[in-house]
Amino acid sequence: MRVSGRTDAVPMVFAHGFGCDQHMWREVTPAFEHDHKIVLFDIVGMGGSDASAWSPERYATLDGYATDVLEILDTLSLEGVVFVGHSVSAMIGALAAAREPARFSKLVMVGPSPRYIDDDGYVGGFTRADIDELLASLESNYLGWSSAMAPVIMGNGDRPELGDELSASFCRVDPAIARHFAGVTFLSDNRADLRSVRVPTLVLQCSDDVIAPDAVGEFVAAELPDARLVKLAATGHCPNLSAPGETVEAIRAFL
Amino acid sequence: MADAFLDALVDDDVDDLYDNAPCGYVSTAPDGLVLKANETFLRMIGRDRTDVVGALRFDQLLTRGGRIYHETHLAPMLRMHGSVREIALELERDNGGRVPVLVNAIVKRDDAGTERVVRIAVFDATERRRYEAELLAARDHARASEERARELAATLQASLIPPDPPAITGLDVAAGYRPAGAGDEVGGDFYDVFETGRGDWAIVLGDVQGKGAAAATVTALARYTVRAAAARSRRPRTILGLLNDALLRQGAERFVTAVYVRVRIADGRVRTTVGAGGHWLPLRVGARGEVGEVGRPGTVLGVTEEPTLDDATVELHPGDALVLFTDGVVEARRDGEEYGIERFEALLSTVAGASAAEIVETVVDAVLGFQEGLPRDDIAVVVLRVPPAG
Repeated sequence: MRVSGRTDAVPMVFAHGFGCDQHMWREVTPAFEHDHKIVLFDIVGMGGSDASAWSPERYATLDGYATDVLEILDTLSLEGVVFVGHSVSAMIGALAAAREPARFSKLVMVGPSPRYIDDDGYVGGFTRADIDELLASLESNYLGWSSAMAPVIMGNGDRPELGDELSASFCRVDPAIARHFAGVTFLSDNRADLRSVRVPTLVLQCSDDVIAPDAVGEFVAAELPDARLVKLAATGHCPNLSAPGETVEAIRAFL
Repeated sequence: MADAFLDALVDDDVDDLYDNAPCGYVSTAPDGLVLKANETFLRMIGRDRTDVVGALRFDQLLTRGGRIYHETHLAPMLRMHGSVREIALELERDNGGRVPVLVNAIVKRDDAGTERVVRIAVFDATERRRYEAELLAARDHARASEERARELAATLQASLIPPDPPAITGLDVAAGYRPAGAGDEVGGDFYDVFETGRGDWAIVLGDVQGKGAAAATVTALARYTVRAAAARSRRPRTILGLLNDALLRQGAERFVTAVYVRVRIADGRVRTTVGAGGHWLPLRVGARGEVGEVGRPGTVLGVTEEPTLDDATVELHPGDALVLFTDGVVEARRDGEEYGIERFEALLSTVAGASAAEIVETVVDAVLGFQEGLPRDDIAVVVLRVPPAG
């Protein structure tokens, strides 16, 4: 967990999605540092977090992860929080906000999906077989895990700001935890929880997002009682990496 | 020689090297749109150039599960590191089939650091993936086998070691057992407590040489032979002699050490008759903490036709305890140092007044504590104690 920015300002908590760690936000957070308190953290089991704190029971559903978010707010005594969650963390933030709305002033959901699997008229974008394929894909990448995660000198040379520490931790995750988290994430169904989120919310929808297609973003915005949907020109699922400028602008306009 | 070298060099022209390289090459725009692909790659996915180049993003050639992996792992890593290596993916062929591949990729940037192009090398990994799948299956299979072996060992062990000795009127009896190591192998220790007549009980404790299934068959033989022999005779030395005969007849080729105690409870008195076949003699612990051996050592069983076996009869008074144990107790080791009979006797001299169950617990805890963790040999202890008067 890392805290930066102005200590007396409105706190913004940034939560990364499935797959990587807090460094996903490295090109977004600097834009808010001069007028916000910035809190970054790694989801348990990911990045630099303490993997021993993880247990399959506590994290059997996304609620366990939402509890962690509320504990972070407690620990840092944060009030009126602007919570910015990417991908699965958008839903984790929504669950936390539904439980303790008073702690949050605003919610930003980047590429959210309350349900990845198609279901009786609902388009999530995936079938159960697709998700099984993902799990198999994680399994087959165990063997290449160490080399895929190793610091790559060429990458650092091109972008010298990436220190060794970052290279070593980015996307580093215990394979067993990753597989479990993938199952919990992609098999979750939190559609019914959206209606109980009373916090004003910005839904950022990317173009051509295979993980959270347009229809899903529209569904999320329609279900939330107080939501604004903004469609980004950025393509893919990670506008925080591919189009940090556009992402920052959209969040700033909302705040 | 020189001509052949030059001819080969000319034949290996750059275009052909690109198009028919022994791996697939794909170049994409930063957003993933395929800008260029070599023939090897197009053959791999069985698609026409016009259907791919300028028409599809690289992730659209992956299975749907693979696309999630691409979006959540591969693309972010590429952006952060500028390259990825040995990522396992599956490409979807035009005909619906799949090709398992390994992918290396690098991002090419201009001088300003802006991403220009992503270069991807794609290796057909069909055989490797099949082999990996076999390895994973073999690992799962090995784990399942190990689990079955452990279960089998535990089940077999439970049949050789009764869960709780029966309640005996006028006598306090308790037993304890700890398997060696992680308990994934059947140990050679056994004990049994059974009634042979009114107020007449048999307590036998022994140790079969070795471990594992072969030792377990001898343990089973020893247990039922003792039960059968106890129906024919009440004398410990006769019963141990019959066990010796059975072991030799069976050709077990494993020796057994055992101690057999006949306990008679009548008119408020408890008399024990102890016979031993090459086993550690039971220790009697008096009400004031005095400790002493009971019986005579005797010959190891299953070795000679004419074993020397003797019985010794001792009366246990109220507050007295008799402790039967296997060598896992006294031969426990730590850094080459043995727990030893002296240390064991010293321990027992402190347990006067304790119940049979408390004595068993004290002994097992002390021996496990001495070895700092997992015992190298199994440990068996049986304690019988005459409750104090009043």
